[in-house]
Formats: sequence, C-alpha cells, structure tokens
Amino acid sequence: MPPILNQDRPKESRAEMLARLESQASLIRQRIMTTLQAAGSGHVGGSMSCADIITALYFQVLRMDPSDPRWPDRDRFVLSKGHASAVLCPALAECGFFPRELLDTFNQLDSPFSMHPDMLKIPGADMSTGSLGHGLAIGLGMAMAARVQKRLFRAFVLMGDGELSEGSVWESAMAAAFFKVDNLIAIIDRNQFGSDCALSDLPSANALAEKWRAFGWSVREIDGHDMGQVVDALTEAPFETGRPSMIVANTVKGKGVPFAEARFDWHYHVVDQDVVDRSLAALRGAESAKEEQR
Amino acid sequence: MSMQISGLAFDPATHPRRSTRVAFGEALMELAERDLRIVALAADSARLCCTWDFNEKHPDRGFNIGIAEQNLIGMAAGMASCGLIPFACSYAPFLQSRAIEQIRNDCAYTKLPVKIMATAAGIQMGTAGSTHHATEDLAILRSIANMTVVVPADAHATYKLTFKVAEWPGPVWLRTGRDPEFVVYTDGRDFEIGKAVVLREGRDATIIACGNLVLHALLAADLLAQEGLRIGVIDMHTIKPLDREAVLKAARETGRIVTAEEHNVIGGLGGAVAEVLAQEQPTPMRMIGLNDIFASIGPTYDLMKKYGLTYEGVADTVRKFVRG
Ligand SMILES: Cc1ncc(C[n+]2csc(CCOP(=O)(O)OP(=O)(O)O)c2C)c(N)n1
Repeated sequence: MPPILNQDRPKESRAEMLARLESQASLIRQRIMTTLQAAGSGHVGGSMSCADIITALYFQVLRMDPSDPRWPDRDRFVLSKGHASAVLCPALAECGFFPRELLDTFNQLDSPFSMHPDMLKIPGADMSTGSLGHGLAIGLGMAMAARVQKRLFRAFVLMGDGELSEGSVWESAMAAAFFKVDNLIAIIDRNQFGSDCALSDLPSANALAEKWRAFGWSVREIDGHDMGQVVDALTEAPFETGRPSMIVANTVKGKGVPFAEARFDWHYHVVDQDVVDRSLAALRGAESAKEEQR
Repeated sequence: MSMQISGLAFDPATHPRRSTRVAFGEALMELAERDLRIVALAADSARLCCTWDFNEKHPDRGFNIGIAEQNLIGMAAGMASCGLIPFACSYAPFLQSRAIEQIRNDCAYTKLPVKIMATAAGIQMGTAGSTHHATEDLAILRSIANMTVVVPADAHATYKLTFKVAEWPGPVWLRTGRDPEFVVYTDGRDFEIGKAVVLREGRDATIIACGNLVLHALLAADLLAQEGLRIGVIDMHTIKPLDREAVLKAARETGRIVTAEEHNVIGGLGGAVAEVLAQEQPTPMRMIGLNDIFASIGPTYDLMKKYGLTYEGVADTVRKFVRG
C-alpha cells in the first residue's frame, strides 16, 4: 500500500489525529533506541527531546512524497542539530523513503546512515548537517529559492538551544527578517542542555522569545511534548505575513526514557541491550497508559 | 623505543592504547601548576578536550565558552595579547574551517601565542561522518605564515610535546585524536618541535609519517624487512617548520620517499615534503592519505583499513614502489 501523503490525508477528528501522532511518536522513540543499539552508542538525549516535533513534521505537516524524494515542490526540512540523525532516519524510514531494515547498518562500514545525516546517501534527507550553526542560513536560502522559483514550498529548520551560541545563527536571523521570508519556519528544541553540561553553566542564549522578536521574527512558545501544541504551531505558521516564524519548543532532553531525562551524560551514551530493554519498557508503559486515558 | 613492534604480530584488539586527549589534559594540568599564564578555553568541548578538571581546579583561568568556535579563538587571541598563554581546545573539524579567519588574522598575523588543541582530527570520528572529520587541517594551517603545526604520534608524544608547545613562541596547531590511540613510544623520550625522529634507518625507501600513521609505518617496515627490504621510518611530528635536513638525508640515503598521513593527500605532510624535495633534491615519491575524497562512514579502524592507512596498505604501497 502506498503511504498516505500528508498533503492528502483522509479526514480525521482532532482527537484521532493526536492519538495517531502520539503513538507514532512513541514508536519513533523506540526506533531511536533500536537504531542506536545497532550503532552501539549515540545521541540519545537530543534525539528524544525532538521526537514529538519530528513526528508532527513528518506525519502531519510536511508536504512530501516518499516515492519521489527530490520532488521540487516538497517542503524542505533541515536538521540543523544534525547529531539527532537517530530520530530523523527512523522517521524517514517509517514514512516510506527506504526500508526500515536498512537502519540496522547505522554507523557500520559504508552505511548510508550515521551520527549525522548525509543528503547524498539518505533518500528524503534535504541537507547534510553535523556542524552546528549552519542550518538556519541554509533554510533561509531554501525559502528564498521558493520565492525566486515561484514555488509554494516552505523551509523548516530545527536547531538546538546550545547551537544558538554560534554567531552564524544570528546573522541568518537578521537576514531572514530583512528579506521578510515568511515561508521560513524555525524551531528551537529548548532542552536546556548542551554536550558538556546544562546550558545555564555556559554562555548561552536565553530569553529566547524576546530575542527572536527583537530580531524581527514572529514567535510562539510551546510545550514541545504536547502534541496538540506542536501540531498547531507547525500548521498555523507563518504566524504573520512578511515575517519568519520561530517556535520555541520547551522540551526535556532524553524525554521518554526516564533514566536519561535532563542529564548531560545522556547527550551521547552507550546503548546496549539492557538500555534498550529498559527504555522500551518505559516507552511502551507510557504509551499504554495514554491509550487507556484516551 | 623499546617495545617490540612487528607487523606480523600486531593485533589491533590487544595492542596497548592511550588517549592523546587525556595525555594533553594531564600535561596542561601540570603546566598550570607552574605557570600562571596558562589558560584553558573550550567550546562546550571541555569533557572531550580533557579540560573539564582544569576548569574545576582553576575556575579563574579555565573557561567553557559555549558552542562558539570563532569566539573561542578570538577570546584566546585577546588573552594572548595581554601576556597569557591560552590553550583553545575544540574539535579539529570546526576549528580548521569555521574559526580559520580568527586563527589567521588574530593569532598568526599577530604572532600571538595562542595554542590550539584540535581534537578528533583526521577520521577519528569515523561514524560521525565527514562534517566531523578533519582531513584538510594540515594543508590549511600549514599555508598560513607564522603558524606551527604539530601532530604527535601517540599519547606519550602528545604529553611531551604539549610542554614544548606551551613554551614555543607564536601560535601552534596541536592535532590530537579521539578514542585511545595505539601506543608507539615506551621509552620516555623527549621531542623537539621542528626536529624529526628517525625511528629506522633505511636503504630502499623511507616512510615519513605523522600521527597515527607512525605506528603503521613501523609495522609496515617490519613486514617488509621479512621480504628483504630495508625501509626507513621517520616520525615527522612537526609539519611546520618542517625538518628539511631529515627529509633530504633520507632522500639521499634511500632514494625513495613515501609520506603517510591521516589527511587528504593534497597539501599536508606529503605536500610539505614534496616542496622540499622538488626544489632541493628531486626524488621519486608516493603519498599515502585520503585520495581527495570525503571518507565513508564506519568505525575508524575499518575506515583506516579501507583507505590503505593501516600497515597492510602502507606496506603495499611501499612494496609496489620499490619493486616497481
Ligand atoms: C560547530 C560545532 N561545534 C561543536 C559540535 C559538537 N557538538 C555536538 S552536539 C553538541 C551540543 C549541542 O547542544 P544543543 O544544540 O543544545 O543540542 P541538543 O541538546 O538538542 O542535543 C556539541 C557541542 C558540533 N557538532 N558542531
């Protein structure tokens, strides 16, 4: 059966949509862990924290066609925090860009999949990333290309909050507002951690909503784990015509895996059978509790 | 060098390993005790670069400045201009390119003693992909006037050379790795910046290597000795200033030079050696490195093997070169 494309999803009630996305997000989180198990280790924290955002994008918001990954009118997505490759790749697989079994080669010799996505090797990946602070400029370029080409696609960019320490981010922030690029929608995974420690122990950007507003962006702050809020923000953007949109998504690093939540040492961690067993148990437990509620 | 190294007996699973990053961190800690000018700077990379303990112990001169490599180098230049000796530490791939203008204008043009500890260099982050590989750093850094470029062969060499880097005038690029590297030196020897270490005298060819390739050059030389070839091995731990005398002597004595480095074959150690030979003593050469490609994905040792950067590949190249 061909996958259902987001642009022509059958009608469903809001409750049905949220239930679908929430259980999809749980599945994606499980896939993060099994993918990283194949790798032996990886970026657990920052993949988990944006799993709800990635799910909403790939299973509801982005206009795309897995049978034609290079469709010129598709929405673009740039994973500027490229180290969250372990959430992007399973999402692309579940959408049907490639068979999910391929993810078992993650990080292995000559695999297309690794700690950071490579657009030349991964069907559906719109940009190669890994060095932080590049994605917003690239997304801005994509959004402006749509304008030049008179196409209607949008560019979505997901950044880490630690990433905002890179000066290049703010160069693009200024340019996007100047050029009134309203088909550029950026999301900050505001999980409060970098790689060494909590961001409060480093020079790092705070008062994010105020900062981006001052730079001329239209800003909305949400709970990045409340699927309703995530989907609403992503579908209602652009929030204002003539302005780029920023979604500050408050998240928890490691979300969904209790022993990894809000800890610097799970930014990058060994993932063995025991870790996988315990995380899957937690994720499945939470999912069935939710189902009962529903 | 007292340890028995042989290509016949080498087993990557059991050969002793020690981390160059950790050795650097230990040396820096000792330096800080005896020299109050020593400062450590990292860019959300303090754990990786082993300056975390330094920061805890010396909060007045150990800083973690966030994910901002350009700011890292600029701040270090400012500190150096006031008489401090800052060690600016982060991932080699981000420093070699993103912070390169700060390195060139603010550190090299000004001859300021900014010591750049560039870790995870080469393809040591094999599974992270090319955004996290530094395979052009030697070429880029070497082409900047006033820069010194140091590539230790193992943890011991890193430890010793860190002290030399601290007292060396002007900016230095000190290249280190990630996962613990294979041990080469067990004799406690010291190193001088700009002075190559001749590890084997040769007759048929000489391998001039740096960093992780020094071990493999030794292993290859031993393998080839079994086949009746006498291959010289030089640890060229300083790419700039290059020990020209050592290069010319090896060329005179063995007539063939092979360079080996974990770097693009363009512009690095091979380029530096070729520049000397072409002008002063034209000598046939082979250059071992990444053949102008971005490396594939994979565990580092698998990648090294794939690209002929382990002793088997080095021996192959040398054998073909000598036997014709
Ligand atoms: C330019 C650059 N510098 C350093 C790194 C190494 N690095 C990878 S992830 C990370 C922390 C990222 O923190 P954040 O952006 O908040 O991501 P998250 O917490 O969501 O994982 C660092 C420093 C990098 N990938 N790129």
